[in-house]
Amino acid sequence: MIKFDNVSKRYPGGHQALSQVNFELGDGEMAFLTGRSGAGKSTLLKLIMLMEKTSQGEIVVNGKNLARMPRDQIPFYRRRIGVVFQDHQLLFDRTVFDNVALPLQIEGYPKHEADRRVRAALDKVGLLKKERMNPMALSGGEQQRIGIARAVVNRPQILLADEPTGNLDPELAAEIMNLLEQFNQVGVSMLIASHDLSLITRLSHRILTLHNGQLVNDATYPVPHGAGRRAEAERSPGSVA
Amino acid sequence: MSKRKPESGAKQRQQTSTSKLKALWHSHRAVALQSVRKLIGEPAASAMTIAVIGIALLLPTTLFVAMNNLQILSEGVSESSRITLYLADTVTEAEGRSLNEQLLARPDISTGIYISAAQAAEEFREYSGLGDVLSALEENPLPAVIVLSPQEIDEVSGAALLSELNGLPGVESAQLDLEWIARLQRFLDLAQRMSVALMLILALAVLFVIGNTIRLAIEGRRAEIVVVKLVGGTDSYVARPFLYTGFWYGLGGGLLAWLLLSLIMLALGGPLDALLALYDNQHSVQGLSLLPGLVLLSGSALLGWLGAWISVRQHLSAIEPR
Repeated sequence: MIKFDNVSKRYPGGHQALSQVNFELGDGEMAFLTGRSGAGKSTLLKLIMLMEKTSQGEIVVNGKNLARMPRDQIPFYRRRIGVVFQDHQLLFDRTVFDNVALPLQIEGYPKHEADRRVRAALDKVGLLKKERMNPMALSGGEQQRIGIARAVVNRPQILLADEPTGNLDPELAAEIMNLLEQFNQVGVSMLIASHDLSLITRLSHRILTLHNGQLVNDATYPVPHGAGRRAEAERSPGSVA
Repeated sequence: MSKRKPESGAKQRQQTSTSKLKALWHSHRAVALQSVRKLIGEPAASAMTIAVIGIALLLPTTLFVAMNNLQILSEGVSESSRITLYLADTVTEAEGRSLNEQLLARPDISTGIYISAAQAAEEFREYSGLGDVLSALEENPLPAVIVLSPQEIDEVSGAALLSELNGLPGVESAQLDLEWIARLQRFLDLAQRMSVALMLILALAVLFVIGNTIRLAIEGRRAEIVVVKLVGGTDSYVARPFLYTGFWYGLGGGLLAWLLLSLIMLALGGPLDALLALYDNQHSVQGLSLLPGLVLLSGSALLGWLGAWISVRQHLSAIEPR
């Protein structure tokens, strides 16, 4: 679904955010992206969202080479990808319902169809009763749920999340991760950036570890007994020496 | 995608071109209404912008209406341009009448009236209020006159006709007040050009006012624009509310200009008509009629849209999700 081939990103200031990153995320697969602040997690997600352009290498998403995507196709490409942000990126001038409905409005869904989908998404994240409220009046965890509902409302094939639990206490963080896992279970491919190792190592999904812009580890935790080291070695990206 | 439920996803996204058109229509209608609601939601700010646009549009519109009225008036004047032949004292009434007949036979003269010296004195007594002065004189000082109204006349043909009439025997002098008609015409031409220039300048001002208002609106909705672009809003989707806002501003300004002009006409129309009546003028003052009014409205709406478009082009591309 997502394939990075020798991808590097250098920002105009000269900062090397990513160096020769290789990995492939399968259809319906869920993976975490971890590493310290500044390791390149956000940059990697931004490259997939085409918020930034790669300096070198190739990213192919759902069979499309991102480098060759014309500017006017970018919005249509983004509609197939749901994104969840650490700071939610909600709009406080409208209700919870209207926040979630935004992607559908953009696609021009008829109202009844949009309403139905918004309610379904809000129901999944457990906020159906708060649809008329302003997101400002809701807690951090609830705000993040709105963000998730908005990200999944038009049923994307891929969901990206950038530190979705960054501002939440451990209990809420676990809830949010469980929620995301549920969407993965219905077939959405997922890439979630998180530095919360204690949380993500408990969830037995693939974990990509970035360090100074390089992919230094690619493994599934907790490591299955006996087979772990071999599996880890097999997946270790060749470019990382 | 094997785990995905069958009814979800790509299948439902396959939209036919008619449903796409329908979606576009839905979006346009929603955005148009939303932008109106936003304007009404901030009545003070919107009213200020619309007032500035309305007043800017009022000036050239008023000028246009004034020019229109002058044009109608001046047409009335040149139609009624008259040549007065002052006859010599030696010309008898019979000679005078026969001269009038001869002149009437000419193709370039449409009407002619002979007024004898006695008639002239009578009229003078009646209208001038100076009858006593005339009575005090021993002799009637007024000459007999022939009042001719020529066929269509301009400066050149008028001057030629005048010199010809001046040469007729028995005619002391012929007078045609062409000069002031010419001056009026020149003045009208000049005023017309000035009003066009003023219109262009003020249209430019309207563009700047709307452009700046839209720029502020774009700044104020920066967060929203970023989010919309992130979830797949196209450039035209992002621009649409601002273009509609500009359109409404322009239309509102045009309506306000029309309304203000109507109020002005209401206030000035009566006295102006009374003034014109004093000059024997049959015309009454005309306001902005329907067709020019609609031109004003569509022009102002177009200006609003254009101002917004320029602003959107300049400022919207600078806002990208980072």
